[in-house]
Amino acid sequence: MAEQAITGWRKWAEDIGEQCVFFARFFRNIFAGGFEWSEFVRQCYEIGYRSMMLVGITSFIMGLVLIVQLRPSIVALGAESMLPKTLAVSFIREIGPVITAIICAGKIASSIGAELGSMKVNEQIDAMEVSGANPLQYLVVTRILATSLMVPLLAVIGDVIGLFGGFLALNITDSISLPLYFHKCIASLDFSDFLPAVVKTIFFGFAIGFVGCYKGYHSNKGTESVGIAANSAVVTASLWIFVIDAIAVQITSLLFYK
Amino acid sequence: MKATNENISPKKPASTQKDEVVIHAKGIKVGFVDNEVLKNITFDLKRGENMVVLGKSGSGKSVTIQCIVGLLKPDAGDLTVFGENVAEMNDDELKQLRMKIGFLFQSGALYDSMTVRENLEFPLTRVLKLNDQQEIDKRVEEVLDGVGLLDAIDKLPSDLSGGMRKRVGLARTLIVKPEIMLYDEPTTGLDPITSREISELILNMQKKYKTSSIIITHDMECARITADRIVVMDDGEYIAEGSYKELQKSDNKIVKSFFSETI
Repeated sequence: MAEQAITGWRKWAEDIGEQCVFFARFFRNIFAGGFEWSEFVRQCYEIGYRSMMLVGITSFIMGLVLIVQLRPSIVALGAESMLPKTLAVSFIREIGPVITAIICAGKIASSIGAELGSMKVNEQIDAMEVSGANPLQYLVVTRILATSLMVPLLAVIGDVIGLFGGFLALNITDSISLPLYFHKCIASLDFSDFLPAVVKTIFFGFAIGFVGCYKGYHSNKGTESVGIAANSAVVTASLWIFVIDAIAVQITSLLFYK
Repeated sequence: MKATNENISPKKPASTQKDEVVIHAKGIKVGFVDNEVLKNITFDLKRGENMVVLGKSGSGKSVTIQCIVGLLKPDAGDLTVFGENVAEMNDDELKQLRMKIGFLFQSGALYDSMTVRENLEFPLTRVLKLNDQQEIDKRVEEVLDGVGLLDAIDKLPSDLSGGMRKRVGLARTLIVKPEIMLYDEPTTGLDPITSREISELILNMQKKYKTSSIIITHDMECARITADRIVVMDDGEYIAEGSYKELQKSDNKIVKSFFSETI
């Protein structure tokens, strides 16, 4: 029993060590020269453009549902006019970035984990390495940087679409014009609402790309490993999103909301 | 960087160059956890020679060639390629060495997301850093023509049969004009006719590109067609060595078992 526990902890410590080495190798390869621009652009398209529809639909529904859920309580307090402000602040600060990141963890981290895991199983990564090419630069650097760039963009798009969802929900029961609704939303927002949210989505994006690449790149050689890598990538990336969010909230509170 | 063109293959008289040892392995040992895969491997590969390594699955054949390209590091022993110790090379030296070694994987290891053309362009643009598109196209078409698959240039690997994948894999390794070729079970999973075609192709390509080769296989027909010399491995050790005809007469039980299957 004790021996099993020690083995488990040792494996965990080894895994942490490997992740640190992988991070260092990723960082070194960013500046190693010969950046793979074409692959980076392709990944931005795959990760960003191909996730837009999913993020858009989810954000729209979230905005709509939030207004429907909030309305009775806000109306009971006699603060109906505060509905756009409440939605805007909660969506921009927290719900939009986290929902987008969770959706991307499910879609992108799993796809990167499965793709690299499959390449590992089929010896494609070994083939790149023995040919003298740099698989880290081609496969890992491009994907992690693409997720770090695309997840914040998706979150911003998701925020706007979510606010449209809220507008639709408001117009089901009440009547408010689109310019007035957006004026109320934007007037309620501050720089300190927008900036920390964008900054944390960069970290969300990085975590999604890094975990996906690490799990895929270090998967074992067997078809079962591809599924394990994809599944593990989603679970770990989702967990990291909440950990980063918790840290980001603390830092933001200290810096902006004293 | 130690492993440059000049010191890897110094110009020598033709007769000396033919006898030049390109790979020298002495007392190689490799183990994983509590399993010793290579126990004491010693061999030389001469320039222009085709050496076949025969052995049943799990005997350590693939591990041997993975050590040669630096994918695995031996626990003990000396392994020198072109006179340079592989275990002591840094990343840059290893990269320089790998540019001179072609490695054909069992599955072909084609990049799924790329067409055949892009697969072949990959080592040219990423490894040799060629920019001239005309030169790239010329080399791609030439090497694809050599393996008889010029028609498949714009196809994806998923559209190719097992034999075609191996041919494209071979073309991709040959396109950088390596001095040494390592084949990891090149005929496994293929029907006898395609296996024979691949074996003959290996021989023809060796003659055309004048490479030195190590061919890992348990296909006796492949060994008969391609080998100048055969080494038989069992349980991480070399147990016999000689030409195909010499080994046919061997009294060793394991060697006999390989040849008896072909009779």
